[in-house]
Amino acid sequence: MSMPTTSPQGANDVAVNPLEDTEALLRVNGVTKHFPIKQGIVFQRQVGAVRAVDGVSFSVRAGETLGLVGESGCGKSTTGRVVTKLLDPTGGEIIFNGENIAGYSRRQMRQVRSDIQMIFQDPYSSLNPRHTIGTIVGAPFRIQGAKTENGIKAEVQGLMERVGLNPEHYNRYPHEFSGGQRQRIGIARAVALRPKLIVCDEPVSALDVSIQAQVVNLLEDLQSEFGLAYIFVAHDLSVVRHIADRVAVMYLGKIMELTDRDSLYEAPLHPYTHSLMSAVPVPDPHKESKRERILLLGDLPSPINPPSGCVFHTRCPKYRSVLSESDQQRCRGEIPQLEEKTPGHLAACHFPEVRADIAAAEDTGVAGA
Amino acid sequence: MTAQPLNVQLGQPKTDAFLSVRDLRVHFPTGDGLVKSVDGLSFDVDRGEILGIVGESGSGKSVTSQAILGLHKGSRARITGEIWLDGTELVGASEDDMRSLRGDKMAMIFQDPLSSMHPFYRVGDQITEAYRVHNDVSKAAAKKRAIEMLDRVGIPNPEKRFSDYPHQFSGGMRQRAMIAMALVCDPKLLIADEPTTALDVTVQAQILDLMKDLQKEFNSAIILITHDLGVVAETCDNVVVMYGGQCVETGSVDEIFYQPEMPYAWGLLGSMPRLDRQRQERLQPIAGQPPSLIRVPKGCVFNPRCRFQDKVAEGLCVTEHPDLLPTGTSPTHSVRCHINPDERRRIWADEIKPGL
Repeated sequence: MSMPTTSPQGANDVAVNPLEDTEALLRVNGVTKHFPIKQGIVFQRQVGAVRAVDGVSFSVRAGETLGLVGESGCGKSTTGRVVTKLLDPTGGEIIFNGENIAGYSRRQMRQVRSDIQMIFQDPYSSLNPRHTIGTIVGAPFRIQGAKTENGIKAEVQGLMERVGLNPEHYNRYPHEFSGGQRQRIGIARAVALRPKLIVCDEPVSALDVSIQAQVVNLLEDLQSEFGLAYIFVAHDLSVVRHIADRVAVMYLGKIMELTDRDSLYEAPLHPYTHSLMSAVPVPDPHKESKRERILLLGDLPSPINPPSGCVFHTRCPKYRSVLSESDQQRCRGEIPQLEEKTPGHLAACHFPEVRADIAAAEDTGVAGA
Repeated sequence: MTAQPLNVQLGQPKTDAFLSVRDLRVHFPTGDGLVKSVDGLSFDVDRGEILGIVGESGSGKSVTSQAILGLHKGSRARITGEIWLDGTELVGASEDDMRSLRGDKMAMIFQDPLSSMHPFYRVGDQITEAYRVHNDVSKAAAKKRAIEMLDRVGIPNPEKRFSDYPHQFSGGMRQRAMIAMALVCDPKLLIADEPTTALDVTVQAQILDLMKDLQKEFNSAIILITHDLGVVAETCDNVVVMYGGQCVETGSVDEIFYQPEMPYAWGLLGSMPRLDRQRQERLQPIAGQPPSLIRVPKGCVFNPRCRFQDKVAEGLCVTEHPDLLPTGTSPTHSVRCHINPDERRRIWADEIKPGL
């Protein structure tokens, strides 16, 4: 097993293992979410399950952003919904502010909900088309019975202004706004009660490039102003590099790699991370022509019947071309645990390897323009 | 020193390019007004070249590709201008003429393969149909050709997959099947309209590689429509940047990425987070929103969002519509902007580039 020998530049002063971070605002421990598949007309028997989230652990500190990246079907959106308890977990612990909310009923969650909020991907379906903006953004106050200084309307208009909307549009309906503006409405709604944690589920994927930048900047401004923590679920590695402090890479319901942002982009360990990063095109023609592309063969396996041992082994380029037969047996037979390979840098792999050349970072000296 | 505007001689293709679009305008009369989706677009594509058309929502890029394929005929769209494909003029052509060209001389790959393929017919049948419309062959010969194409695009087990329905394929496989369907008649022009936007990044990499390989093999001309500048940098030879229904800058891929001269292009490059850069403090978005195509801004269509209007004398940006003019540094690089060329290059070198 090759151990990484370089430590990332600019590493945190004290790299704490996120899985053991007792000071974290949110700690997720072995969370699973399986969707049962039932058969039978009269008696519905469970014959299998879609293992959407299959043992996920991470932590988020107050005021920081955890990026949760992966491709379609990896379970990142489901993980976001389980953390906010929009879906109940099948197993595991969700420790928020010291309490395990995994088993909380809806009534118990009511009190927690003013602290955990969500921003959704689709700005068109996440706002009730029959409610005015004032109603939508004011709803959190009404539902939670929150006290306001000058009345709910004044609060809402203040929020609208803060997110870059015209407060005079208080009585307009969602369809009168563009996609980017609707996403701002969703953001205003999410920060209304000054939550501690917001799960952002691909908040900019549906927006045009020039609008994405505006919304990303807004999210960052609000984070520093209100001390928010974000779980930023995304498939776009470039956006995540910009906004996240730490990043978790997911594949088929499991976390493959978890570390701080700089370490992930400059010295990734897991073969899946290598492939993912090498596939992201970079807007620089000279660099593009020189980059090595690590191609993944085949299709994503089904989460109903995931591969044995390491779930990535069926597509892993290292498994296919580098490992010996006995090493391959280990990948097939033994599930790799997500554990620290270097301080603060976790990976779930039997044969992790540092690759510093993939994201073609400026300081690694890759020839550019 | 003023540059001469490009000479547009209607009635005759200017160059011997394989595809030549000349002053294309596509206007849709609607209840709210006349929507000018494409308003004076000209470009050329040669065999063996990949042209990228870049723009955001509402820039007119998809409408352009649909106009080339004649998909607006029979609708209320008003189309003027000329499109020359290998000596045949397309805007004035009849629907019957277009039908014989579609699939055979030119083909299209759409963004969402699930909604672009017929869900009730097997994938293999859809491919053989495309082949048999243009070639007088037996069913067996067509089936053989279809399986050959499925294999060529990298679908494993093509004999078995021939009989599957579209919903039985994954997203990436469906897109490959669409490419097989588009290429079955060896078209000389392939238009790919956001072919990988709906796909994961690893699948996108596979599809783009496939397209580049096939293009080398068949020497086809490819128009790749996308909003993703990374994809353009990876695959394209030349680029047309569209905004508000017009081309605002065009040139080789190196010219557009390393020496852009139009404020919109600067804005696009500056507003994208990059995988390959250390984190900047803030992204530099383009202020404002894409323009209304009904009430198109007077003068330069980008002027409401441009922060360099003070560099232009006499408020030209709001009164006069700039022409698409060569930059003077290269015959292939043209820009639609009132700012003096030397000033543009200075702004790029001193103000924009260091911040990227």
